[in-house]
Amino acid sequence: MRHSLGIKDTVKKNTMLIVLLATMVLFQVLISSSGRGSLFAPSNISNLINQNSYVVILASGMLLCILTGGNIDLSVGSVVALVGALAGTLVVNLHWNIYLSILICLLTGLAIGAWQGFWIAYVRIPPFITTLAGMLLWRGVALLILNGLTISPFPAEYTKYFNSFLPNTGDPATVFSVTVIVGVIICLVYGFWALFDRYTKKKKGYATEPFVMTLSKVILLSIAVLVVFTLLGKHKGVPVILILLAIIVLGYSYYTSRTVPGRHLYAMGGNEKAAKLSGIDTNRVLFFVYTNMGFLSAVAALVGVARFNSAAPTAGTNYEMDAIGSCFIGGASAYGGTGTIGGAIIGAIFMGVLNNGMSILGIDANWQKAVKGIVVLAAVVFDVLSKKRVKSN
Amino acid sequence: METFLLEMKHITKIFPGVRALNDVNLQVRPGEIHAIVGENGAGKSTLMNILSGVYPASTFEGDILVHGKSCQFHTIKESEEQGIVIIHQELALVPYLTIAENMFLGNERGRYFSIDWDKTYSRADELLSLVGLEESSKTAIKDIGVGKQQLVEIAKALAKNVKVLILDEPTASLNDTEAKKLLDLLLQFKERGMTSILISHKLNEVAYVADRITVIRDGEVITTMDKAKEAFDENKIINAMVGRNISDRFPKRNATIGEVSLEVEHWTVSHPLYEGMKVCEDINLTLRKGEVVGLSGLMGAGRTEFAMSLFGKSYGRDITGTIKINGKEVQLNTVKSAIENKLAYVTEDRKSNGLILSKSIMLNTTLANLKEVSRHQVIDPDLELKVAIDVNRKLQTKCSSVLEEVNNLSGGNQQKVLLSKWIFAEPDILLLDEPTRGIDVGAKYEIYCIINQLAEEGKSILFISSEMPEILGICDRIYVLSEGRIVGEMSGSEASQEKIMKCIIQNQKGDQLP
Repeated sequence: MRHSLGIKDTVKKNTMLIVLLATMVLFQVLISSSGRGSLFAPSNISNLINQNSYVVILASGMLLCILTGGNIDLSVGSVVALVGALAGTLVVNLHWNIYLSILICLLTGLAIGAWQGFWIAYVRIPPFITTLAGMLLWRGVALLILNGLTISPFPAEYTKYFNSFLPNTGDPATVFSVTVIVGVIICLVYGFWALFDRYTKKKKGYATEPFVMTLSKVILLSIAVLVVFTLLGKHKGVPVILILLAIIVLGYSYYTSRTVPGRHLYAMGGNEKAAKLSGIDTNRVLFFVYTNMGFLSAVAALVGVARFNSAAPTAGTNYEMDAIGSCFIGGASAYGGTGTIGGAIIGAIFMGVLNNGMSILGIDANWQKAVKGIVVLAAVVFDVLSKKRVKSN
Repeated sequence: METFLLEMKHITKIFPGVRALNDVNLQVRPGEIHAIVGENGAGKSTLMNILSGVYPASTFEGDILVHGKSCQFHTIKESEEQGIVIIHQELALVPYLTIAENMFLGNERGRYFSIDWDKTYSRADELLSLVGLEESSKTAIKDIGVGKQQLVEIAKALAKNVKVLILDEPTASLNDTEAKKLLDLLLQFKERGMTSILISHKLNEVAYVADRITVIRDGEVITTMDKAKEAFDENKIINAMVGRNISDRFPKRNATIGEVSLEVEHWTVSHPLYEGMKVCEDINLTLRKGEVVGLSGLMGAGRTEFAMSLFGKSYGRDITGTIKINGKEVQLNTVKSAIENKLAYVTEDRKSNGLILSKSIMLNTTLANLKEVSRHQVIDPDLELKVAIDVNRKLQTKCSSVLEEVNNLSGGNQQKVLLSKWIFAEPDILLLDEPTRGIDVGAKYEIYCIINQLAEEGKSILFISSEMPEILGICDRIYVLSEGRIVGEMSGSEASQEKIMKCIIQNQKGDQLP
């Protein structure tokens, strides 16, 4: 049996990545030709990461929900506001121990997720309705906690876990060299891992992709990593939040692609009856994804209050839409069963670049929304059409 | 020359790879009840779909004449304009709308932008009293039983000025009283001059109401019998229905039959929705190692329901009875526990219950036994690929790679993927539900070979099929199921189609019919 992993297929599988790169280039040309600096300015890259960290976190969780059958979670933004309010109360107002506060916040997220998961999975209330109710409920509770006021500022001992940079020195030369070295180490680890994986596959007698494929993958990814880390080095170093994001993205990516419960998500979304008849407890799967979504909403809330240095009643507004949009832009199917964490992350970055690029260009905020709407539709239409063509071939 | 209300001439319909109807001629006299009988898959429903415009005029050969005039139907609407209305086996009513709304769906009273509800409901009530239904036409469909829903369908047809009413297995989901009521209604309508075509395989019902019976087998008309000339003889009808000779379409098997592996006792299952309706009643059944046991019965006999209720209670409620595997009583309350107890159920409906069509052969193959390719819940992708290739090679699934989507495979190969999934789950007892449905003869042979191989490995197989020749061809022992009860058990060598049919017909509950 042969595996057709030609260049054409690779291109078609990665249409969204290519669209993303093209969009970046387009913005770069527009921005530099209008003399407003550069999309790839070191400070802007750092900014992009900070601004969009919440989307990446939420999109990872939302993808799991969507995989189970196109189910979405509308309560995400409100949960972010509620947990943010809780964090503000505990850390700022009551001066509780920071670790304990973080733990309580995460547990609250889990509990909220489990509450919604229970209704969705075991009572089979449609997710749309359950989470719509949650959206109102948790926003209301957040407003009650905050009494309509904003809590700020957060102490530095708290924000340093989310907002600071590594290495934590004031010397630009050290920052630059350390950052670049970290980048190089990442590339080397990835390269060795790819080669090792190939080697073990060969040894066990399994089919492997052509060596050129592996090599070009390693080289392309290394270039991307090195560019980003060089730029970060020129600014302040590696944002701490990037490490958190890497852990979440890699963790969930591994979970969906390599583990048994991850496989159950795809099976359930592909055909719930068949999954049930294959011995999969689909109720438990649903319960898990919504509980997990609550947890990740809490994580996003903790990141959010640190970034804004405040817990506001309006925090998290429309976050659910950003997360859902990212997943669909990244190729997740609205019926479930198809989609990857990698795709959702590409979708999140795409939305981030769109926002950031248009802001730099000084486009009116009202126009930005309209343009975003059209671009999101265009991106998905493009993706759907190109996939159709693959099928008819 | 006699004039017919409806005539179908030289109808031939070819599906990809199958000749579903071959030069079929059918004549319906005005005012008669004409029954069409035949085994499952004989082509009855196809013929009626042609008549009612479900298959448009250009997709088949032959002519349809109404009152001697040639007609070409492209849509259901066109055939309904000629007064031909079909009531399908699965009722096509919208559960949350009222009876009247359903009756005039697509045929609304009043104008396009202003429906005349008063007229709708008063006309609906008139028609309902015609079919003997006392319910108000403002009752929602979901609040009345299947039997009454069937009557609503008939009233709906009456609202369309029906000349020829076609009923496809109208009594399949009805109990005896309801069925009797429906048949009497047909006789009543006949008195008033309405013509009906009744499709059924319940011979007692057919003999009760029909004036003439046309028997279809393998897409051809075998004979048309006329009550006026000669009283109906059930044996004759059965012979005409099944009279096909079996050649060596079935491979030989060298399995030694061992001890009892599965014992089911007093198995009773109730319908999940209709309270008190028993789908399986006091079923006792045993399987031995290396044995292929057939479960024969007509559609709606409860075969699938039985198998699914065994398999981790995937169907029905209020399930009672015991299951013993290798002499030990087990509780199979979930699919997972059934799989762990080495049971496998290969569904009859591979597309909606069996396979994940949008996913790869590999994913489908390993789905029921992921622990075999994983450690600590982490899947080894290389091992998974390898086993998927191995299993599918063993079953000779034709594909370019196991990473191919199941969607792209032919029916036979999809069936093999479904089998490979359950073979990979390493069961000792396989419940195969219509494993050869909708696949061609060559693929069927390969499936039989796989079944033989499994039996030779000492596995027990319960083989459910609507095709009697197939059951006779490969089973060591046969149970006959009718209306949820086991009505016969015979060894493969002594069984014949006539015997099975007789078992079913003699034990049908409709004894109250003359």
